[in-house]
Amino acid sequence: MSDDPTSQAATPEAFALLHHLVGVRLRAGLLTVVDATNVQPDARRQLVAVAREHDVLPVAIVLDVPEDVAQARNAARPDRGFGTHVVRRQAQQLRRSVRGLAREGFRTVHVLDGVAAVEAAEVVRVPLRNDLRGVTGPFDVVGDVHGCRAELETLLGRLGYVLVRDAEGRPVDATHPEGRRAVFVGDLVDRGPDSPGVLRLVMGMVEAGHALCVSGNHEAKLVRALAGRQVSTSHGLAETLAQLAAEPPEFRERVRAFCDRLVAHYVLDEGRLVVAHAGLKEAYHGRASGRVRSFALFGDTTGETDEYGLPVRLPWAEDYRGSATVLYGHTPTPALTWVNDTLCLDTGCVFGGRLSALRYPEREAVQVTAERVWCDPVRPFPRAEPTDGAPVVVGRSGAPGGGPDGDVVRGAPDRLRLDDVAGRRVVETRLMGRVSLRPEDAVGALEVMSRFALDPRVLLHLPPTMSPCATAREGDLLEHPREAFAQYAHDGVADVVCEEKHMGSRAVVLVCRDATVAAARFALPAGATGAVWTRTGRAFWQDAARTQALVDTVASAVAAAGAWDDLLADGDDAWLLLDCELLPWSAKAGELLRTQYAAVGAAARAVLPAAVDALAAAGDRGLDVSELLTRTRRRADDAERFTAAYRRYVWDVDGLDGVRLAPFQVLAAGSRTFTDRDHLWHLGVADRLVAADASGVLLGTRRLVVRTGDPASVAEGTAWWQALTDDGGEGMVVKPLANLVRGPRGLVQPGVKVRGREYLRIVYGPEYTSHLPRLRQRSLGRKRSLALREYALGVEALERYVAGAPLWRVHEAVFGVLALESAPVDPRL
Amino acid sequence: MLLTLTADAPDAATPASDLGHLLHKHPDRVQTFDAGVGTAHVLYPRADAERCTVALLVEVDPVGLVRDRAGRGDGPLAAYVNDVPYASASVLAVALRRVFGTAMTGRCDRRPELASRALPLEVHVPAVAVRGDVALVAELFAPLGWDVAATPLPLDPRVPAWGDSRYVDLRLRGTLRLADALSHLYVLLPALDGEKHYWVGEDEVDKLLRAGEAWLADHPRRDVVVDRYLRRSRPLAASALERLAEVEHVPADALDDAVAARPEDVDDTSAATSATTGTPTGTPADTDADAVADDGPRTPALARLRVEAVHAALRAAGARTVVDLGCGEGVLLRELLADASFDRLLGVDVSHRALQVAARRLRLDRLPERQRARVDLAQSALTYLDDRLVGFDAAVLMEVVEHVDPPRLPALEQAVLGHARPGALVVTTPNVEHNARYGLDAGHLRHHDHRFEWTRAQFRDWARAAAAAHGYDVTFGGVGDEDPDVGPPTQLAVLTRR
Repeated sequence: MSDDPTSQAATPEAFALLHHLVGVRLRAGLLTVVDATNVQPDARRQLVAVAREHDVLPVAIVLDVPEDVAQARNAARPDRGFGTHVVRRQAQQLRRSVRGLAREGFRTVHVLDGVAAVEAAEVVRVPLRNDLRGVTGPFDVVGDVHGCRAELETLLGRLGYVLVRDAEGRPVDATHPEGRRAVFVGDLVDRGPDSPGVLRLVMGMVEAGHALCVSGNHEAKLVRALAGRQVSTSHGLAETLAQLAAEPPEFRERVRAFCDRLVAHYVLDEGRLVVAHAGLKEAYHGRASGRVRSFALFGDTTGETDEYGLPVRLPWAEDYRGSATVLYGHTPTPALTWVNDTLCLDTGCVFGGRLSALRYPEREAVQVTAERVWCDPVRPFPRAEPTDGAPVVVGRSGAPGGGPDGDVVRGAPDRLRLDDVAGRRVVETRLMGRVSLRPEDAVGALEVMSRFALDPRVLLHLPPTMSPCATAREGDLLEHPREAFAQYAHDGVADVVCEEKHMGSRAVVLVCRDATVAAARFALPAGATGAVWTRTGRAFWQDAARTQALVDTVASAVAAAGAWDDLLADGDDAWLLLDCELLPWSAKAGELLRTQYAAVGAAARAVLPAAVDALAAAGDRGLDVSELLTRTRRRADDAERFTAAYRRYVWDVDGLDGVRLAPFQVLAAGSRTFTDRDHLWHLGVADRLVAADASGVLLGTRRLVVRTGDPASVAEGTAWWQALTDDGGEGMVVKPLANLVRGPRGLVQPGVKVRGREYLRIVYGPEYTSHLPRLRQRSLGRKRSLALREYALGVEALERYVAGAPLWRVHEAVFGVLALESAPVDPRL
Repeated sequence: MLLTLTADAPDAATPASDLGHLLHKHPDRVQTFDAGVGTAHVLYPRADAERCTVALLVEVDPVGLVRDRAGRGDGPLAAYVNDVPYASASVLAVALRRVFGTAMTGRCDRRPELASRALPLEVHVPAVAVRGDVALVAELFAPLGWDVAATPLPLDPRVPAWGDSRYVDLRLRGTLRLADALSHLYVLLPALDGEKHYWVGEDEVDKLLRAGEAWLADHPRRDVVVDRYLRRSRPLAASALERLAEVEHVPADALDDAVAARPEDVDDTSAATSATTGTPTGTPADTDADAVADDGPRTPALARLRVEAVHAALRAAGARTVVDLGCGEGVLLRELLADASFDRLLGVDVSHRALQVAARRLRLDRLPERQRARVDLAQSALTYLDDRLVGFDAAVLMEVVEHVDPPRLPALEQAVLGHARPGALVVTTPNVEHNARYGLDAGHLRHHDHRFEWTRAQFRDWARAAAAAHGYDVTFGGVGDEDPDVGPPTQLAVLTRR
């Protein structure tokens, strides 16, 4: 900061830098120790301010050694040229400071008096009271009770708790035979018929270690009322105070002490679960400050009130991007709905709704309907129908719920934020850990995603790119099957499946069994029960009727084959995602075929025969053109072969007439993915669909299993490929038979392609076979790496989706595939 | 590629094979020359007293073309599947100059009288790339004294539905000086191609234009020829969007169209994602100016009126800070920047390329500090919530909503009215009822990327519903001449936060 170490001019900048660094560490939740003289009030004030800004508690450790010790130590340091008066002044400042430290905002002050005390001291970290990360449950998290003791007793019973009653028959504790623990989200009291009864039960459970409880805003107010402070007794406090007046003073004091001790939020289960009365944004998890407590008790209030006089709250949950599940209450809502991995458990019991609990980690809801409307709500609240006590499946954000009474509804449209996708991002994947995305790749992907792609709620997956096999080192082929087999043998994969590569366009096909699932889960428009999209997420066809006809074709085949039952688990929504190739290639790439491939063919076929004629005539005159003539004849033949090569992938279609769809992999269905099923299973499902398809649209995929360590089997695979490509086929894809495989060197390529000699003319040009030695110089490393990362992201998106992850978590992985696809890599690979 | 040139004996005393003297190439030899990106072979399929035909055969190494990066103009995937080895006029022109350079000057020491004499000549080029109308071939050659036969080649005779390719089989007949004939071919073949040039050096264009000096000055289509030479090539490096287009197997510019209009577009388009318009003069370097210049009527007045109408609406709303959502090339921002009543301007667009053009047009890197502090550009997408868009007095959606798929409109409404919540929002969009006045058939939209165009009633329904859902009031207006039957060409709404 300065080239002169003794310069005082740099001091303000130096402290600014210190405070910045402290801030960076505190934002990351790291223990931060500032070792400086800190004897001046202003230096400490700034540090306290930084701590408050990050909602952490500052602690002062005062090393109070005698001045002569300090002087001696200072004198021993060669780089300190200042005089003894400086040390003396600092010692005086320290003595003046000590008494006021607590007042300055230090939550705890440790004064180590003298050298011996300093040397004997040991620093022990005391967790905050909200830090219960070591408590791992399982839990039953209970929503706002508001004095509804009877419903709470019923609910605890349904959850499996056994009530303990006192001599007068009043419940004073509840125990669970499996040792589960209840967690109350606060607002035990007010409005309802028996707040003291609820308190008696919950206090007993908490004191016995059978429950945890965070403070609600009603408990906070009750404490102040019981402490004799002047508070407004609206919103049901008056009833509670009246009910408590009938209790003995010791009970009131016990209530006051209990409510006074309640913390505003808990961080539980290794940080995976946060419980706070009104919810809590991620930056406040495990933090302590007035505003953290205020958020936890009242929510993200704006200071305004709505038409009913109720405070306006910002929808913090819609922007929540944290990794912890947040459970809370405070705002009565008729139905339980996950919003970005947060769930409000206040279902308005006291207003005639229900009392709800969530089993954690099972994430299964249990509800009890209010016995009556105990309190008329300010804002109208629907009266709930009785429930039978069966577990309720909670609606997921972006997904419908399946409660027995249809009482779980979809939330507001999921809100995606630009910073969910843009800039430098890292996506955590199960298969490959952290996958980094460069900001410049997101730039192109953002344009395609927002201008051309389908609604993110539909777009659950994008297929990854695929690397070719290693380049053949010799012979008349650029890609040879033996390289694919050798590569998998090297990766420790004994069995591979060779699948015929259909030359069409990749198509991901979503099929729902009925319109309800299509609308509720995927927000598809009326009349649509599925979608078909390309590798970059665009609708395969703009024509909705044609798309729906294809979806109907697949749906009919799935139904006729009886495949729904095999693919879905009990209670799953009936939807299915298939990885397919859609033929002909000209259906999608017609424009490219016309303007690029056919055009080049037309020019070549016009020029080269004319050149052959000219050369032949010159040869007839006795000129030596034989070499040139031979070469030009070969080029003319190549031009014909090139034309023949692309022509195989061109035919007319009209509606679905002429369209062929070859499914080859089941990506996901209901609540499952199928990366653990081997490829013969996947192809078996495809075979059943093809067999059950009455329309003739669905197309089977030929396959052959090859043992990579068996020369005879490898030869058979090579011959199979040769026959396939001789017959005009594009080539084949070789995949580990077992599907997702990890080898000694990590994730194994999910597939490599081996393209045929004639097909590659479309890729490397009509005459590429004359230039093989140079074309062999191609590097596959980047392509392979991309293929693996895109695969990991594609699988991640599916796994997140079926696990009910919030939309932004699914979308960031899908977007990541597109971002990687826009990275520069040789497109011929 | 191949070019043959045939001369018939001009008289009984002059054997046709004297053509060899004029060309400085012996009819009985096969000669090979370096022609830049290719190798040129010169040989005579026929050389006798009556007739003499010389053939210029240029072989291009397709792999070298890509690997040496000599070629320009194509996306990478197309690089190998390339018509350059067969039909590139610029490669052929370079070869003509290298091989027949002396003949082109008309110098022939042995037969000076023959060189200055008009000879009965016939030229055949089996594949000439023609950009645009095939009629251009005759328009360029006929005024110079040629009989022109330009026969379009079918793309694929087995797929007749595809129609003709952009190549013609070209036959020219005429009685001309050889030097003139060569110079015509040298200059006009690349001009016909027009699109993709494979020049060896930057000075090649100058040489070409110099070669045509003598006759180009009086050529009726001189401007077309010169314009086609001055067209700049697209950069070699493929954009991220082009790479994604390749993934899709669609032409490379299919996605990256944000700053280029297409011939079929009615040139009413303005800022938004397609803002080549509104600039009556000047050709931004990386826009496809020809698509605009060559085709269709221009109505820059409407684009101008629209900018003025939005400007006026913003002033009326008392806005001092404005975010232009879908700012395109910055036409509106430039207007607002010139008005000191705006303190802070932010232009966002999803197209990175449009933003680059906008930055250049606004001269962001040269603005004085205080001016620079008033304006900023950022990439954003209106279907995602973006905190940077929050807190403006006003926002503008000028010719933007029609580029959004209807199912995504609620997301846009949520992002703009629900999240950014500007004090006022100015929206313009085409009035589809007015399309009839452009001579468009029903169902034909003004721009290839328009996902829809609304009638006045549809626009009002949408704007009223969106305003009501998010606590805004709305008023309506129009831009351009109000037609009594079909209304104005552009409709406008101002939503004001309650």
